[in-house]
Amino acid sequence: MSLLRYVALRAALAVPTLLILLTVVFFVLRVIPGNPIVAMVGMKAPPEYVEQLIKEAGLDKPLHEQYLDYLAQVFTGNLGRSLIFGKRDVAAEIMDRLPATAELAVAAFLVSIALGHVFGFLAARYGGKIDLTARVYAMVTYVLFIPFIGLALQLVFSVWLGIFPVAGRVTPGLEPPRITGLYLLDSLLSGRLNSFADALWHLALPSFTLGLVLSGVFVRLIRNNMVKTLGEDFVSAYRAMGFPERNVLWKAYRVAIVPTVTMMGLQLALLLQGAVLTETTFSWPGLGTLLLERIQYLDYTTVQGTVVVFVLIVVFMNVAVDVINALLDPRVRRGL
Amino acid sequence: MMLKVGVALVLLVVLLSALAPFIAPYDPTKRAGGPLSPPGPTHFFGTDNLGRDVFSRVLYGGQVIIGISLLATLFSAAAGFTLGMFSGYVGGRVDRGLNMVMDSMYAFPSLILAIAIASVLGPSPLNAALAIGVVYVPTYFRMARNETMVVKSSLFVEAAVALGAPRWRIVFRHILPNLVPSLVVVATINIADAALTESALAFFGYTVTPPTPDWGLDLSSARSYIVNGSWWLLTPGAFIVITALGFSLLGEGLGEKMGKKETF
Repeated sequence: MSLLRYVALRAALAVPTLLILLTVVFFVLRVIPGNPIVAMVGMKAPPEYVEQLIKEAGLDKPLHEQYLDYLAQVFTGNLGRSLIFGKRDVAAEIMDRLPATAELAVAAFLVSIALGHVFGFLAARYGGKIDLTARVYAMVTYVLFIPFIGLALQLVFSVWLGIFPVAGRVTPGLEPPRITGLYLLDSLLSGRLNSFADALWHLALPSFTLGLVLSGVFVRLIRNNMVKTLGEDFVSAYRAMGFPERNVLWKAYRVAIVPTVTMMGLQLALLLQGAVLTETTFSWPGLGTLLLERIQYLDYTTVQGTVVVFVLIVVFMNVAVDVINALLDPRVRRGL
Repeated sequence: MMLKVGVALVLLVVLLSALAPFIAPYDPTKRAGGPLSPPGPTHFFGTDNLGRDVFSRVLYGGQVIIGISLLATLFSAAAGFTLGMFSGYVGGRVDRGLNMVMDSMYAFPSLILAIAIASVLGPSPLNAALAIGVVYVPTYFRMARNETMVVKSSLFVEAAVALGAPRWRIVFRHILPNLVPSLVVVATINIADAALTESALAFFGYTVTPPTPDWGLDLSSARSYIVNGSWWLLTPGAFIVITALGFSLLGEGLGEKMGKKETF
C-alpha cells in the first residue's frame, strides 16, 4: 500500500473515534446537566438574561437538533461565542491559548524522552542494581502528583535559590511579536535573543516537572524493548563477529526504538492531562488554565469548545503517530 | 520486596486516616494555635494560615481521598468488568461497537473528562467518586474483554459447552473465576490512579468544600503561602505521593506474585 493511501485510510478510520468522543462530550456537557446554562448560570442571574443566553447558544431547540448543530459547529470550526468578556469568538480564544500548551507539551515530551533514554538505556545495558534503581525511578516519578512536585520545585528553585521565575510564560514586556504564538520560535524568527532566553528560562521548571512525571513510562518502554532486542540472535551474531560493543548497542537501539514509537503515542493522554495540571501549577496561560478558569466563570460555550479541541488534538495526534510509525516501518502499512 | 513496601505504605496511610479521631491532637477544622507556625513539638507539621493543625488535617484528609478513591474504583470495576465480560463473551457486532467506544474513551485524557463531569455535577465527594469512576471504566473493560476472549476459546469451556452447560454457568463458573486474579491486580493499581485523579479534582475544588480537609484542596490553599508556609505545602502533597506509590507497589507486587505482569 502506498503511504498516501495508508494516510487516507487511517484518517478515515479516525472518523468513528472522533464521532464517539464528540458524542461523549455532548452527553457529559449537555445531557447530564439538562440545560447547562441553567445549571451553570441559573441561580446567579435574572431569568430574562438566562433565557437570552439559552437562545443565543441554541439550547431552546430539541436535543437531537442541538446535537446536529453541535456537530456542524465542530466541523465548520465555529465554536460559538463566549458568554463573558465581550462575547469573544471561542475559536479565537482557544487559538490564543493553544500555542502555550503546545510549547509546554513538546518541551516536556523532549525532557521525558531524554530522561527515559538515559535511565532505560542504563537499566538495559547494565542490569542488576542499576536496573532496580531505574525501576524504582519509573514507579516513583509516575506517582509524583504534578502540583506537589511542581510547587516543591518552585519552592526550591524559585523561592529559596531564586534561579527560575515562579510562574508565567515570559517577563511582561519581553513578549515576542506573534507569528506562530510559540514564544521560543517567534523570538528566534524575529531575532530577539533576550526574549528567547527569557521564554526558555520560564519554560524550564514547568517542562521539567511534566517531563519528569512522564519519564517513568518511557524508562520502562525503552528498557523493556532494549532488553528484548539485546537478547535476539542478530545481536549475538554482531558480537560474535567482533563488532565493538558501542556499535552493537547502536544497532540494537535502532531496532528497539521502532515499536516504542507507537507506545509513545499512547502516552499522549497522560501528556495532555499532565499539561492541564502543570499549567495550573505554574500559571501557564494554556488550554488547561483556560478550561478551568472558564468553568469558574460559568462560561459554558468556551468550556465546551475547549474540551472539543482536546478531542480534536487526541484524534489528530493518534493518526499522526500511526503515520510516523508507517514511515519508520513499512510492514505497518501492509498490516492495515 | 515491592509487595512488602506496598503493604507497609498502604497500611500506614489507611491506619493513620482510619484512626484519625484517636490520633489527631486537634480538631482539623478549628484554630489550634498561631497562624503559620512552623513544625514543632506542639504541631508536628506546623499550622496553616488560619492556625489549624496541619497534622490533624492530614490525618482527616486521608479519609476523604481514600474513601473517594475506593468508591470510584468499586464503581468503575463493577461497570467496566461486567461490560467487558459481556462484550467478550457475546462477541460479534455488539463487541466491536462497545470496544470501539471504550478504546476511544481510553485514548482521551481521563482527568479532562473527569473535570468536565465533575463541573456539571457540582462539587461533592459522591460526585467526584462518580466522575473518577466513569473515566476508568475502559481500563476494566479492556482487561475483562481480552481475558474473556482467551478463556472462552480454551478447551475446558468448549467441553462445558459440549456437555450442554447453560450460558450463565459457563460465564459464572468457568470464565469469571479465571478473571479474578487480573481484576485484583488491575484494581489495586487503579486505586493509585484514582487517588491521583481525586487529588487533582480536589486541587481544583471539586471534592469537598472548606473547611473539610482534603490533601489536594489543602495543597491548593497552601500555594499562596509558599514563601512563609512551606511545611503546609509539602505535607499534604507528600501524603498524596505516598498513597499512590503504596497502591501501585502493592498492585505490581501482587501481579508479580501471580505471574500476571512482566517484570519491570
